[in-house]
Amino acid sequence: MGKSIVDKIWANHVVHREEGKPDLLYIDLHLVHEVTSPQAFSGLRMKNRKVRRPDKTFATMDHNVPTINRKQIDDQVALNQMTTLEKNCLEFGIELAGIDSPEQGIVHVIGPELGLTQPGKTIVCGDSHTSTHGAFGALAFGIGTSEVEHVLATQTLWQSKPKTLKLEINGELAKGVTAKDVILYVLATYGIRFGTGYVIEYCGDVIKNLSMEERMTICNMSIEGGARAGLVSPDETTFEYLRGRKHVPKGEGFDQVVQQWKELASDSDAEYDKVIVVDGSDIAPMVSWGTNPSMTAKVDASIPRQNDYQTELEKDSLVRALSYMGLAEGQRIEDIKIQHVFIGSCTNSRIEDIRAAAEVVKGQKVHPEVRALVVPGSQQVKKIAEAEGLDKIFVDAGFEWRDAGCSMCLSMNADVVPSGEHCASTSNRNFEGRQGAGARTHLVSPQMAAAAALNGHFVDIRKATVGAV
Amino acid sequence: MSGFKEFEGKAVALDRANVDTDQIIPKQFLKRIEKTGFGRFLFYDWRYKAEGVLNEEFELNQPENQGATILIANENFGCGSSREHAPWALLDYGFKAVIAPSFADIFHQNCLKNGIVPIVLTEEEVGFLLAKGKEKSFTLSINLEEQSVTDHEGFSTQFPISQYWKTMLVNGWDEIEITLQLDDEISAFEQQREAALQN
Repeated sequence: MGKSIVDKIWANHVVHREEGKPDLLYIDLHLVHEVTSPQAFSGLRMKNRKVRRPDKTFATMDHNVPTINRKQIDDQVALNQMTTLEKNCLEFGIELAGIDSPEQGIVHVIGPELGLTQPGKTIVCGDSHTSTHGAFGALAFGIGTSEVEHVLATQTLWQSKPKTLKLEINGELAKGVTAKDVILYVLATYGIRFGTGYVIEYCGDVIKNLSMEERMTICNMSIEGGARAGLVSPDETTFEYLRGRKHVPKGEGFDQVVQQWKELASDSDAEYDKVIVVDGSDIAPMVSWGTNPSMTAKVDASIPRQNDYQTELEKDSLVRALSYMGLAEGQRIEDIKIQHVFIGSCTNSRIEDIRAAAEVVKGQKVHPEVRALVVPGSQQVKKIAEAEGLDKIFVDAGFEWRDAGCSMCLSMNADVVPSGEHCASTSNRNFEGRQGAGARTHLVSPQMAAAAALNGHFVDIRKATVGAV
Repeated sequence: MSGFKEFEGKAVALDRANVDTDQIIPKQFLKRIEKTGFGRFLFYDWRYKAEGVLNEEFELNQPENQGATILIANENFGCGSSREHAPWALLDYGFKAVIAPSFADIFHQNCLKNGIVPIVLTEEEVGFLLAKGKEKSFTLSINLEEQSVTDHEGFSTQFPISQYWKTMLVNGWDEIEITLQLDDEISAFEQQREAALQN
């Protein structure tokens, strides 16, 4: 029997195995941010413990940083959290991309960008969207703060080997259908807990033909299906993306690691605990209408009705969600009006996302009743976009162009959607209150968000006239 | 974390599916750098209509449910964000156990690390407890060593928990301390792995 990439990575990282216990797994890379780390560092200090491998630990601040006027931070509680991270990194000898660093950005954007993320690594971070790094053929998953402390102190974690789920997406995507639509379609079809207890391996022609950034978008939302990790076997696309990046070996050393990386890909006869096959040609641009990411429909469809569901629990969830969203059963998706647009987050804030949105926006104007924001995923993405003149396209159209951070994805900073208003958002969660108390989030691709910004309501990006108001 | 073997407490029913950690503790309360003091923000947007104004309809706010230490919820409890602030908030509010038909993986792990017992029962059993909780306030006994839940009115069942976590919880052991005893093994692994990556 062949081995899957999960089997191979797992076998390479077991430090200690004992009957009746989880395995003790070695961690190659620990990413740290300001929100889920302070209590872990306090814990170390209380017990007089050290960080075992500061050289395998990398920190940035992203969750509560302002994306405008960064010289003067008014939120004292947030500022305290940022200075606490600075002090902790200094005390424990950890490299930090702080608020003034040209490398600062969303932790899941800068890890790959700096080449810290590499195939075959075990990667953790106190953040559920750590699954993003799986796009490189790494086993990457989110952990809680107790586990952050455990990794800081020991560079290991006690983990039971998860089950494996092969998610094969075959065929070809239609024009206007993006990686974001692929994962939203999967969630709409299989729900928000089909991946609980599993690591998802994405494969099939659709995945093979995606860029690294698109694969990251899909792996990013694995957790929205309940899977702590999602990954893609590394291939030439992976290696080419990594070539020349800051933390990746150069020259001959690169050729050597590529040889090792090639061996990681799942064997053709690998066995999985569960297999799901999706027809890529059935996927359309998707828009979420409810309060979890599975409550999503094709843009040319309508919001479901109670009769579409079997159980009382599902009917109750629909009624509760629509009451929060201020929407009605059977309402057409294209009739939903929006007042805010957010292009950003660890799901969709990379340069290809910004380019795709700029393509739609170019030469057009944001609808007068819409406030629209572009928040690049990192200061490096921002710099590249500005060199290409994309910032000008957005600003001319009426968008705000910001500095890097998590921003309106979870609205810990000042970027908040007011209560009762609708936001077309390229982020990953439409939970109640996620973008602000009472805020109504609709998850979409960057192209769909851009088109909605111009029209004031959702439009089908596949139609030629999306720019017209 | 102090260990425990059994306890008895008042149960409160929250019959909702897919309760995410953003609901358990909204983001505006994640800026604190301590582990304590999160209880007053638990389920904030559901508990309060506006700042300081209680939503009297919310389950936790009903007078008979005051002092509850066991939360009964529906499927996929704790999905979404990995924020450990969620179990910190539950713990600080007074909860010692959560009963549901299923939990999200990261939240489940975070509960165990903080000494909250996440108890998985069947849909029928949870359905029974939820229905009972909606009618009146009631008491449940949880025995971790026997892995049992009983209500003194005939309801009695057992729940699964790994031997590893049962031992950790009963004894209140510090996981990091245990791992640090394997320091030599970790060092040997590091040397071996770094040598392999060089070749």
